[in-house]
Amino acid sequence: MNWPRALLTDSGGFQMVSLLHLADITEEGVTFQSPVDGKPMLLTPEDSIQIQNKIGADIIMALDDVVKTTTTGPRVEEAMYRTLRWIDRCIAAHSRPHEQNLFGIVQGGLDPQLRDICLEGLVARNLPGYAIGGLAGGEGKDAFWRVVAQCTAGLPEDKPRYVMGIGFPLDIVVCTALGADMYDCVYPTRTARFGSALVSEGVLRLTHAAMATDYRPLDSSCTCMVCKRYTRAYLHTLVTKEAMGSQLVSYHNISHMMQLSRNLHSSILEGRFPEFVQSFLQKQFPKGDVPDWVCNAMDVAGIDISMCRIPQSA
Amino acid sequence: MEFVVRTWSAGARLGSMQLAAGVQMETPTLLLLTRKGLPAFIPPDLLQNLHPDARACQVSPLHFLDSPSASIVETAGGLHKFVSMTGFGMVALARDSLMDESNGEASSKLGAAFETTSGRRVVGPAKYMEIVNACKPDLWVSLPDEVPTWAAEKRNRLSVDRTLQWLDHCLSLQPAERGNRCLGVVVGSASLDERIRSAEQTATRNVVGFSLGGFGLGEDASQRALQMDAVIAKLPKEKLRHTSGLGLPEEVLQAVEAGVDVFDSIYPFMLTKGGYAMTFPLNMENSPGNLDTQPSASELAYIGSDSAKMNLRSVAYRLDKSPLVVGCKCYTCQRHTRAYIHHLINTHEMLSQTLLEIHNTYHYLEFFKAIRDAIKADKFLAFRNWFTSTRKETRVHSPASKSPTLVLH
Repeated sequence: MNWPRALLTDSGGFQMVSLLHLADITEEGVTFQSPVDGKPMLLTPEDSIQIQNKIGADIIMALDDVVKTTTTGPRVEEAMYRTLRWIDRCIAAHSRPHEQNLFGIVQGGLDPQLRDICLEGLVARNLPGYAIGGLAGGEGKDAFWRVVAQCTAGLPEDKPRYVMGIGFPLDIVVCTALGADMYDCVYPTRTARFGSALVSEGVLRLTHAAMATDYRPLDSSCTCMVCKRYTRAYLHTLVTKEAMGSQLVSYHNISHMMQLSRNLHSSILEGRFPEFVQSFLQKQFPKGDVPDWVCNAMDVAGIDISMCRIPQSA
Repeated sequence: MEFVVRTWSAGARLGSMQLAAGVQMETPTLLLLTRKGLPAFIPPDLLQNLHPDARACQVSPLHFLDSPSASIVETAGGLHKFVSMTGFGMVALARDSLMDESNGEASSKLGAAFETTSGRRVVGPAKYMEIVNACKPDLWVSLPDEVPTWAAEKRNRLSVDRTLQWLDHCLSLQPAERGNRCLGVVVGSASLDERIRSAEQTATRNVVGFSLGGFGLGEDASQRALQMDAVIAKLPKEKLRHTSGLGLPEEVLQAVEAGVDVFDSIYPFMLTKGGYAMTFPLNMENSPGNLDTQPSASELAYIGSDSAKMNLRSVAYRLDKSPLVVGCKCYTCQRHTRAYIHHLINTHEMLSQTLLEIHNTYHYLEFFKAIRDAIKADKFLAFRNWFTSTRKETRVHSPASKSPTLVLH
């Protein structure tokens, strides 16, 4: 890749959820139907770690037994315990522990007791970092933030907490308030390809007819290459039609997320994180209609956002 | 626009063209392909330093019929501002080879017919100039009624008449304050008489240069040479000549020898879309001296490559750590390997197209530079002959013998 910065590889576990009808999960590993030639393929924890050792990323992920958050019943418990058994196999198979950081993934669905058991088990393994997995599925936001809060409370203070598959700016701000550090998501680039730009106020749908004669940049506060050069009017003509549209809006969206990360980081460092959260919410919800789940989460995080529920004057 | 011919080598000429303030180019040269004003896959920050000669683009007014419309470009202050290409030359020309090769069948006195993403559109001079004037390009080619070589005699004659009428109409709609920026199109298809008539008539108009139309539409290459010579013989020597639709390096060489100065082509784009890297050797000094180190023509053919292009979809490149072209100084070759680009193509990543379009455009521009260097050294014919001979060489590897037999034909 000739990429001089950090890299993180996933274990292939997420594909278990997304390709579930093609997968058979046993204690040994996951049997997929190969998307290339249709033949059965077995991915064991050992295989996953071996491949990740070869790719050589700085952070590698354990193979976990992921279930959809909407799953109920004994399968959730089975998956959580298997994840703990598999982390030991991953640790044993990891041939480059001094060059690559193996993160464990907390599972347990939406059940606080199962999550607790998993947390305890993973923390005991003293891994370099931890992911909070099994979210970013179909669960309701209220359940989602509670699981994140429980996990951040139960994970060591001095190690990274990585919420997998989270990428909506609002979700990132909430999870950060709850004590998480790292995120990944296809959302910024995928939504770009469908013609949506991420801006301070929320999401700008560039395909909307009104954009055709809107000569403003995507986001007035953004300093990225795209916002310096282009208007909504021009990008409107490109999105969903030209590859360049996907490129330019993706560029801006990634830049937007990087700026959000920088803002979160520096506001914490400079002791003004609550003010940043307040300002963020006021821009996203000018009418004061901050969702209940956000309010509840901020309560637990100890951030006062009462002023955000008051509508802003135009 | 200023254009001055500086020197000649056989029929080829070296020129100096100033399209706009700060946009000075030597000719023969290439206009980069654009869609709605920007390259297909190369974003503006990578375009800035793509190549010293990547300074001008072609742009088709057909991309500005609906989204965006002419009035939107006008409100935005013109094309350069709208697509953030200030500092680049923009040359407007009607042909959009990616969408449609015009056969002239649906054209009428109202305008030329084109297939666009919003269906068939008939565009007449008034509409055409509305878009051109809104865009304010540095040069614009007048609207032609192009027909292919198999058009009937009567239809061909009509195309010459119409193209002249439309040229006059377009010129009348050119605002005086912008100065003269028109390249008049010469048509006439396969008929030498009509070509000559079109050229003679167009030469009497107040244009800054000419566009040789109706080429790259499936005509016979040997006929093309005759037609180009016939046309150019009737055009004033000091004025600029442009042509669209040619692509293969041999086609460019033939047109340069005839006296063409500026080209636009879909060739780098088509290679990119197909997953090919442009690889033909660029000049006599750097060409591989020892043919033994190069794959034979049959080995290349087996993996879908040839001496001009490399098929990066082939598994032959799966572990190949070389750059696309060894010694190439483009952004892609300085950073990435054949193996990586092969992987990107296999995983359907858009980055493959960005990296390939960068290399293919750079390589093609280097070819134009090699042409200019040859003209400057008065060695154009030697260069042309060398180039066409390397393309025709094949090495025949018989399994029985170890030493290859060189066959020239």
